[in-house]
Amino acid sequence: MKKWMSKFLIALLALPVMAMANEDLALDKAPINTHDFESLQRGAKLFTNYCLNCHSAGYMRYNRLQDLGLTEQQIKENFIFSPDTKTGDLMKVAMNPKDGKEWLGAPPPDLTVVSRSRGADWLYTYLRGFYRDSSRPTGWNNVAFDKVGMPHVLFEMQGDQVLQVEKHGEHEVKKLKLVKAGSLTRLAADGKADTAEYDKMTADLVNYLVYMGEPSQNKRETIGYVVVLFLTLVLLPLAYLLKKEYWKDVH
Amino acid sequence: MSKSQTLMNWIDERFPATKMWKEHVSEYYAPKNFNFWYFFGSLALMVLVLQIVTGIFLTMNYKPDAAQAFASVEYIMRDVAGGWIIRYMHSTGASMFFVVVYLHMFRGLLYGSYRQPRELVWIFGMLIFLCLMAEAFLGYLLPWGQMSFWGAQVIVNLFSSIPVIGPDLSVFIRGDFVVSDATLNRFFALHVIAVPLVLLLLVVAHLIALHEVGSNNPDGIEIKKNKDPKTGIPLDGIPFHPYYTVKDILGVVVFLIVFSAIVFFKPAFFGYFLEDNNFIPADPLKTPPHIAPVWYFTPFYAILRAVPSFAGTQVWGVLAMGAAVVVIAFLPWLDKSPVKSIRYRGPIYKLALALFVVAFIGLGILGAMPTTPSRTLMAQLLSFVYFGFFFLMPWFTKIDSTKPVPTRVTG
Repeated sequence: MKKWMSKFLIALLALPVMAMANEDLALDKAPINTHDFESLQRGAKLFTNYCLNCHSAGYMRYNRLQDLGLTEQQIKENFIFSPDTKTGDLMKVAMNPKDGKEWLGAPPPDLTVVSRSRGADWLYTYLRGFYRDSSRPTGWNNVAFDKVGMPHVLFEMQGDQVLQVEKHGEHEVKKLKLVKAGSLTRLAADGKADTAEYDKMTADLVNYLVYMGEPSQNKRETIGYVVVLFLTLVLLPLAYLLKKEYWKDVH
Repeated sequence: MSKSQTLMNWIDERFPATKMWKEHVSEYYAPKNFNFWYFFGSLALMVLVLQIVTGIFLTMNYKPDAAQAFASVEYIMRDVAGGWIIRYMHSTGASMFFVVVYLHMFRGLLYGSYRQPRELVWIFGMLIFLCLMAEAFLGYLLPWGQMSFWGAQVIVNLFSSIPVIGPDLSVFIRGDFVVSDATLNRFFALHVIAVPLVLLLLVVAHLIALHEVGSNNPDGIEIKKNKDPKTGIPLDGIPFHPYYTVKDILGVVVFLIVFSAIVFFKPAFFGYFLEDNNFIPADPLKTPPHIAPVWYFTPFYAILRAVPSFAGTQVWGVLAMGAAVVVIAFLPWLDKSPVKSIRYRGPIYKLALALFVVAFIGLGILGAMPTTPSRTLMAQLLSFVYFGFFFLMPWFTKIDSTKPVPTRVTG
């Protein structure tokens, strides 16, 4: 009876789990390290140069980049391009959302917390997932975001990719193929692509986006170790001994 | 007489401070055999205080304005000194509140804590649970993200399925034809003062009722039946203070270790405590493809979706969801077993309770996922198990075998 019962219970519990199916695209793992300040500084530079023209980061202040080991002067000279912008300002853009909608089909979203809604792996896949598609108004499409309104801003670095669909029976496998090298990719004579440099650059950019999504995350973890260790090593033994001392006369 | 004693006497002649301290703390006799499951009451009280205190600090910088709410939360996270820690404590606290309350309620099921004479303790507890659900729902709108907005939209729309008055009622709740700035403002008012006020009063009533009848224990026997003939103190009772105060401190420390681990290392808790889509500002023109409530509502949400609409209305699902919560309050009268504790119950109750737990967790998992025909079927099956536990209880508790109950508590 007991054995049958436990078997039945396990089977019941397994039902909902079996019903879960992953229909999502396989994402590439982004090599994130928010303690790598050099990578974050490179990413911040890429972000302010390439993204911040259309996308805002309206909850992030320029001077917060001091977190990454930059000085206020360095921020002013390297990351701010408008004379009216102060280092204490938020990263806003001049582009009017209405124009954005007219030009690109949708206003470019704010990117401050995009890493928290999309996740680092999605962003990493997305930034490396643009391919030529003549059916789109911009001439570009994306494996992670079908019919995306955004053109491939980094195409000079990545070069041109095309989408190849291979049929394995009923299974369709979509593969991206580099057909024209950019400034950060190389194409060997046999058609083999070397994208390491471009991948590293996008990884820096995604790393920065992850940092910007939650600038206090490094500090959060540092404080976390202190708090959890204090609770476990000091308060827990004390509370335990206190309880034991009081309870020794309860039988 | 010492000075402090003189002061205390002065107070006691005007306010029953010492009397209340004795009645509820130092001379409140609790059974000595409380186990692991008895930590969650005091923990729930602590989380309540934590939510109130962190909530007060959040209101100092939060802006209940549809145009500014999302940005003000990010302002708290970035520019307010210590803001991120307060916000994460509040968001983690909301989920952990439900964790401890669900475990606290499950303790009641294990040891029959709702049984005579504790029916009112249980009913006050159920009212607290209802307030807590309202509080969580109202508070979830405030960050004004996509899930805040669409979650509120879906839930308020449920009221519009009520025949005749439904549509007007949902407009009355929202203060508008869609969830809007007016809704945000009133939800803020309800979240920060109206519901917490009721919640606090109910907690006081819950405790007063408990201290009137005395605590149950894992053996489900009344310690007041065996009193020391001289002192009138229950033989199996020990004063709450210092014994259970020091024991509960230990529980609090263990809880805080888990709580801090989440706050500092996994504050979004894999998208369960803070949903990914809620980092996108609310957009009334863009419906997310999959709207799921926060994890603590998913069992009830699954029941809502499992009930098909018929006779031209979807109100049945709403009624079933309401019934799923309300039916718990009737446990004191559904349980006909001669014993209280699971320790002395027979195999039928144990199987029924196990099935109920499986149904509750299974519904919780299903409620978080998009529907498919097979999942809906599963949710329907588990809904039957869920309600079966309550509706068949008068029968299966009566026919179930029991073991003899000891007269004194067993460790």
